[in-house]
Amino acid sequence: MLRSRHLFLLPGLLALLAIILFPLLFTIRVSFSSWDVVLHAMDFIGGSNYARMMRDTRFWESLVRLVAMSAISVALEYVLGFALALLVWRDLRFKRFFRVLFLVPMMTTPVIMTVIWRTILHESLGPANHLLGLLGVAPVPWLSQAGAAAASVILVEVWQWTSFMFLLLLAGLLSLPREPFQAAAVDGAGPVRTFFSVVFPMMAPITIGALIIRLIEASKMMDSVYVLTQGGPGTATETSSYYIYIRGLRDFQIGYASSLSLTYLVIMIVSLTIVAKVLGRALLGRS
Amino acid sequence: MRLTRLALTALLFLGTARGDEWSKKFPTIKGDVPGPCSFEATSKKSYKGRTLSIVTHAVPVMGEPTALHAKQFEELTGAKVKVVHVPFGDLFQKIMIPFQTGQNAYDVMFFGSLWIGDFFPYLEPPPQSYVDMPQMQDVTRNYKGVATWEGKMVQFPVDGDRHYLKYRADVIDNPKLQAEYKKKTGRQLRVPQTWEEYDEIARHFNGWDWDGDGEKNYGSAEVVARDNLMFSAFISRVAPYAKHPAVKGGFFFDLETMKPLVNTPGWVKGLEDFVKAQDTMPPGGNNFGLGEEIFSFGGGQTVFSYSWDDAFVQAMEPTSRIRNLVGAAPLPGASKVWNRKTGKWDAFKEPNRAPYITWGWTSAVTKDSKNKDMAFDYLCFFANPANHASDLLVGRFGINPYRKAPDFDPAFYVKEAGWAAQVAKTYTATLGAMDESHNRVFDLRVPGVNQYMTSMAAGVSKALAKQLTPQQAMDEVAKEWTEITQRLGPDRIRKAYANVVALEDN
Repeated sequence: MLRSRHLFLLPGLLALLAIILFPLLFTIRVSFSSWDVVLHAMDFIGGSNYARMMRDTRFWESLVRLVAMSAISVALEYVLGFALALLVWRDLRFKRFFRVLFLVPMMTTPVIMTVIWRTILHESLGPANHLLGLLGVAPVPWLSQAGAAAASVILVEVWQWTSFMFLLLLAGLLSLPREPFQAAAVDGAGPVRTFFSVVFPMMAPITIGALIIRLIEASKMMDSVYVLTQGGPGTATETSSYYIYIRGLRDFQIGYASSLSLTYLVIMIVSLTIVAKVLGRALLGRS
Repeated sequence: MRLTRLALTALLFLGTARGDEWSKKFPTIKGDVPGPCSFEATSKKSYKGRTLSIVTHAVPVMGEPTALHAKQFEELTGAKVKVVHVPFGDLFQKIMIPFQTGQNAYDVMFFGSLWIGDFFPYLEPPPQSYVDMPQMQDVTRNYKGVATWEGKMVQFPVDGDRHYLKYRADVIDNPKLQAEYKKKTGRQLRVPQTWEEYDEIARHFNGWDWDGDGEKNYGSAEVVARDNLMFSAFISRVAPYAKHPAVKGGFFFDLETMKPLVNTPGWVKGLEDFVKAQDTMPPGGNNFGLGEEIFSFGGGQTVFSYSWDDAFVQAMEPTSRIRNLVGAAPLPGASKVWNRKTGKWDAFKEPNRAPYITWGWTSAVTKDSKNKDMAFDYLCFFANPANHASDLLVGRFGINPYRKAPDFDPAFYVKEAGWAAQVAKTYTATLGAMDESHNRVFDLRVPGVNQYMTSMAAGVSKALAKQLTPQQAMDEVAKEWTEITQRLGPDRIRKAYANVVALEDN
């Protein structure tokens, strides 16, 4: 009986092994090989790739850049997403229309939308600078100056993914019980007080979930960088995923790119676990 | 000789006349041209029940003619042709992974000719009967060289690429603007002979509306975006400073020692010019990829541009507002050239020119293909004279001159494309002269060329973004190149690089 029960689990386990574990184990194996454009044997070179990675300042710089860009993007998405969710949570004319409208960016294809953003931000032919010109504002070097280029990537990320934050937070708001709000109203709390003392604490679990999901996604920031700036100017917008893409698929340094990917994965797992704990302590502790 | 010419003309005429039935069935051609891979000859082959697999670039550049000729080949031979279109960024790995893992994924591949060093072990050389065909014999010296590795032709030529200068003839040849320029600078306004002159003229015409359309114009449109073929633009700027006609034995490396030369003064001077040139580019021009460069010059925004044919072809489109107002010229030269043997700059009375034969689409058949006969017949059909003459005229196809006829005949462009005679003359003369040069520069073409080029692009980009000085940037590139060579094997790279040096040093 016990044996037949285990047999039922077997297809699922095999699928799990094939889909998740095999590629991961294979990547680990490849990361210890010199698989390259000319050396495609699955040899064993010990930790050479990892030693090289430790000296690779471009990789570490891209990681720091990624942390900064994803943290700023997700923070902005959270603030904007929460504001929009609060807006349509209340009684508002055309509430249904706005709910759908705010979800549209998330439903578009990231690469296509980034191409459109690149056109909008084109410095001499794009509408962004044209509109600024009508207002008497000097053209902005959106994609050709380090700071502005990083801001442009963040802008596109925020535009695309605020909807996702909005969706999660609106679902959270709609599931909140009515009683605490009635109690706050009886106590004479105004909207600001109600938000900080009732809504925000009750939304803490949803907030943590939304932030972590978006941080996981933002840590893979690649499409927008690839299309908008290709990591430039210089290396000003080069994120880890884009750098690994260059090393792996452009340069065809498969062994080395695997070691970068694994290190990046471990760093992300550890850091996001810490972030989740810190957020939990900060937000749930208060609630 | 005269008799041969007469016979060839008669054959061509006869072929065109006979080809009418084929042009009715396949309206993209003007008429069939007799030959071993003509429409008629191909129609006599039967590949019914067999499938040919092709990997090529995305539509339209090279992808569209691949698909078009695949469909025609299907109709003529009964074969089934599967065409896989891949975006440029994925093309290398889409081809390389099946090679390395031993999968026989494709019979025919279209790819960048500079990857010859990487793909060479997996390619089937065209049989001698194809190499001897008139259409192949008509391929010019540059592109026979590009298709050859270790003394053997391994690629099947389908395109010819090179960098050259494109300029606004209505500006450079305009007497009023010439007088103004002379008054302001004391110098003659002419097609620039050196990069310094290019910069002077670009600065003069930067930031004001010199064509009277109510929009500001600019000096120079260039390919500057880091991972978007910028390395080619950079090499164009470096070549005349660093390719000394009297110093043989390597442009990228010293072939004897395999020491990178990329941080020598000639290269650094080219980068300094490139950094300076950003002042003369349109707003956002220092983030232009190839597409933006094409539309900037092709759209009439700048006085100069240099890269492949695309921007020129864009400017010559029938709907272009600058149609027939452009000209082609060799890349600017340099009045001083770094001599790495003496460690000094050598002054040149006549500017040193170093034509850069860069990139170019090519094709090949895989060694493991089980359909080699059909694969070579397809490629031969793809490039037959009737298809070639028609493809040359479709700008978006990305097929540019590489055969003696009709590619370098100005009358062809005047008659078939409606170009002004002067434009056609500058175009064919510029392109044709590159075949005559004895100071040519080719792409690096060694195994791992992408690693070297992405490393160089990153260094150059840091200098352009002023994260590093040009010397610091190129020192960083040289260090990385040494590491790459060590990793890939100095002997392997030297042996491969000798093929490139052999092309350049003659």
